[in-house]
Amino acid sequence: MLEQQTSTHPVATNTSSPSIALQQLQLDNACALLDNSMLVALPPPHDSPTGYLQGLIDGLCELSLKDPLTGLSNRRHFLSVLERTIDGVARSGDPALLLMLDVDHFKRVNDTYGHQAGDVVLQAIGKAIAGCVRPMDTVARYGGEEFAVVLPNCHVSFGATVAERIRATVEALVIPVSPSLSIQVTASVGGAYAPEWVRSTASLWTERADLQLYRAKSEGRNRVCLDHQQEIYVSAEEKNLLFGHLALGEPAWIESVSGEVPGASALGAAQRVN
Amino acid sequence: MSDVVNPPESNESTATVPLKPIGKVLAVTSGKGGVGKTFVSANLAAALAKLGLRVLVLDADLGLANLDVVLNLYPKITLHDVFTGKAKLEEAIIRAPGGFSVLLAGSGMVEYSRLTPEVRDDFLRIMNGLTPHYDVVLLDTGAGISDVVLFAVSLASEVIVVATPEPTSLTDAYATIKVLVGQQKRQTIRMVINQTARLGDGRAITVQLQQVLDRFVATDPARPVKLVHMGDIPADLSVRQAVMRRQLLMQTTPSCPAAMAISQLALKLESSVISPNR
Repeated sequence: MLEQQTSTHPVATNTSSPSIALQQLQLDNACALLDNSMLVALPPPHDSPTGYLQGLIDGLCELSLKDPLTGLSNRRHFLSVLERTIDGVARSGDPALLLMLDVDHFKRVNDTYGHQAGDVVLQAIGKAIAGCVRPMDTVARYGGEEFAVVLPNCHVSFGATVAERIRATVEALVIPVSPSLSIQVTASVGGAYAPEWVRSTASLWTERADLQLYRAKSEGRNRVCLDHQQEIYVSAEEKNLLFGHLALGEPAWIESVSGEVPGASALGAAQRVN
Repeated sequence: MSDVVNPPESNESTATVPLKPIGKVLAVTSGKGGVGKTFVSANLAAALAKLGLRVLVLDADLGLANLDVVLNLYPKITLHDVFTGKAKLEEAIIRAPGGFSVLLAGSGMVEYSRLTPEVRDDFLRIMNGLTPHYDVVLLDTGAGISDVVLFAVSLASEVIVVATPEPTSLTDAYATIKVLVGQQKRQTIRMVINQTARLGDGRAITVQLQQVLDRFVATDPARPVKLVHMGDIPADLSVRQAVMRRQLLMQTTPSCPAAMAISQLALKLESSVISPNR
């Protein structure tokens, strides 16, 4: 980023040089972005121009990973965390859980109380979810009224507990949308553990969690559905279909080859006994 | 937040190793044991080598490896020494009679029959070390659907399932395919039917497996699963003789029906999987 910026400014040709003339750079927009955001502070004055620029760039990077409304991670950050987590799971085998949460009947909130009330609800829910999980977990606003939580190192037996805690916390939340009015909402939660094999992808993982969210919605909302690794089970019906219609011959070599090769009849006989 | 900008240095030894192995890695697996998986791996490697490819077979059945028995090779340095750091990877690679390279598991690998983070790490390290040097790496996996087998298969870009026409073998092959589709989201699985009695039996089996799969497993039309029939290996007494002598069929009787079938299989793999753009 610095490379690109400096290349257009003949004054600052060397990124390691402290002789960057700050006044030559057009930093007003960048400063205004940080100054106006409630999420990231403007870097304090620094002894060296390089240090100040670094602070500014770090601030912009941080800002680019946050959702402006809720202050949670945005979708961009969420996807990079997901990639990193799935990588870690393949290397370590430690289970990681992805939860997708969608506010139930959110459109009604917007339609009934207005979009500002809707924003307040989203902010309150975001804060509530963040309060339910560990600092190492990533809570993100996935889009609209959908949230996502990545929980690395989350043992399989705790997944349902965490998901249920989030659901119950949202349900119990009393959200003041105006001085005279408080409302309550519910949320549906779907979750899936990261596939622990090397060639699995983040999109497959999201898809599985999404599928469970869809299930939670269709089963009546305000509930948790988690994806369980299917048992490997071949039913009697499957077994029958597998070879029921196949009319396969006896291995032909038992009869036909026996005359050609010395000792073959003995082997053939042994095979028949087996 | 800043950790995205400046990723923290991980102390894992694989931190700098790319996770997804490059190059063509083919896993040979089966579900049921004793269907000729190692026989197919070794002779297929010889047939691929004959086509001018640089081939390595990795004995990925860490706990109960058999490739040494099939090839009658007992090297001093094995995969076990590489895993434990006693030898370098290149020291453990040996030349097999069929003109290909092998990396044998060796004894003392029982502790690797469980998928610990160390085993994952070792596997990834070795695969990433191997793949740049070969046109194709064949993973001769263990039987069954243990997590080590599934992990080994997940390292491969292509899976070949070996089955025989016996009902028990078909059931186990089907169960394996079910797991690969369900857990690893594989969409293409290549079938080799060993010890067939008549021409066409293998294809009929693959069609049958596909039908059951479509009905019970691959029910999502957006993600169809295709079983690709790669070939039959006919029941052939020469196979038994080569196995008992612990020699490669491709060397003892290269013109017998089974060897011809394996040559065909190699050609088909070469044109459709290994270098499809040639």
